[in-house]
Amino acid sequence: MKSLKILVVLTLLLVVSAFAFTQIDTFESGYAVGDVATDFKLKNVDGNVVSLSDFDKAKGFIVVFTCNTCPFAMANEDRILDLDKEFKAKGYPVIAINPNNPEVQPGDSFEAMQERAREKGFTFPYLFDENQEIYPQYGATKTPHVYLLQKEGESLLVRYIGAIDDSVRDEATVTKRFVADAVQALLAGKPVEPSNTKAIGCSIKA
Amino acid sequence: MAAFLALGCTDATKGQELPKPVKVHQEQGYKLPVYDYEHFKPFLKVTDTDVVRVINFWATWCKPCLAELPAFEALQANYKDKQVEVILVSLDFPDQVKERLIPFILKKQLKSKVLLLDDPHGDVWIPQVSEEWSGAIPATIILTSEEYRFYERSFEYPALEHELLSLKSNFND
Repeated sequence: MKSLKILVVLTLLLVVSAFAFTQIDTFESGYAVGDVATDFKLKNVDGNVVSLSDFDKAKGFIVVFTCNTCPFAMANEDRILDLDKEFKAKGYPVIAINPNNPEVQPGDSFEAMQERAREKGFTFPYLFDENQEIYPQYGATKTPHVYLLQKEGESLLVRYIGAIDDSVRDEATVTKRFVADAVQALLAGKPVEPSNTKAIGCSIKA
Repeated sequence: MAAFLALGCTDATKGQELPKPVKVHQEQGYKLPVYDYEHFKPFLKVTDTDVVRVINFWATWCKPCLAELPAFEALQANYKDKQVEVILVSLDFPDQVKERLIPFILKKQLKSKVLLLDDPHGDVWIPQVSEEWSGAIPATIILTSEEYRFYERSFEYPALEHELLSLKSNFND
């Protein structure tokens, strides 16, 4: 009987520690520049399910993790619209994804996303990472957080990770348009430099 | 100008002169010092071997930041006589200082030192604070003359105090 108890405790310990390690793995995983990005199937604000594989003619994607509620994300909405306007026709459309849990951040519910997309006249898909599975795979930690992907054969390669430009808060003080410059570099067949940048953002609400 | 000078001198804690701000916002009798990163940088170095500095990056619009503010306030209250300096570095929008940030500080009666870090070019300064920092807030640094620990996470009081004590356990010596 005693040995059974010990066995049960040991098994429990094993399960718990395995779980703990999985958690750490999930937390620390995420893409680096050069990695292959995963496709997804996420619900768009228009009710349709969107995958990157739906875009036959795209050369790549400007994937932006963003939301309705973060003031830094909101400060970038017009810039995200501008990126879509500038690069969709050139083969790099914007794909916006809201990674937040609406139970923690009610303003980021699917209905609120639909409203925000309507208000701002989003010209790009605004997808809901409803199960919060995609942002950890990408390694997004905040909004806004950009992943620039380039198609290479069947794969999508990560070419740039970071900020939209060098002044997240205030468009007036932008001196470098990181994402725009990165897409231009890809279009010109040149390496992306810098390929990693940082900006203040709101932590993703899990 | 008088406010500027007074702040530079009287806010020196435990004989340590604090870095001078680039300007000071005054509202309802409250003085909020404003720094760009260059002027803020000296906060990231502690020379006095007795001092522990706890720097928390936050903003009034950041929900998890507000949730953890009481922990930092409690740490300040419990350890202010033990050479622990808590500094709340606000990343609020500069145009919301008067209507939002200062009224919030007054309403919550924050006792920790608050300053505004107003520097738009995060890509330059975020990696200087820590290479580990993605830029998400809340984020916290606990530093002594010997150690510099960076955390991109939220804290509750016990965990925060635990980190402090793991850096400096001899508060009673």
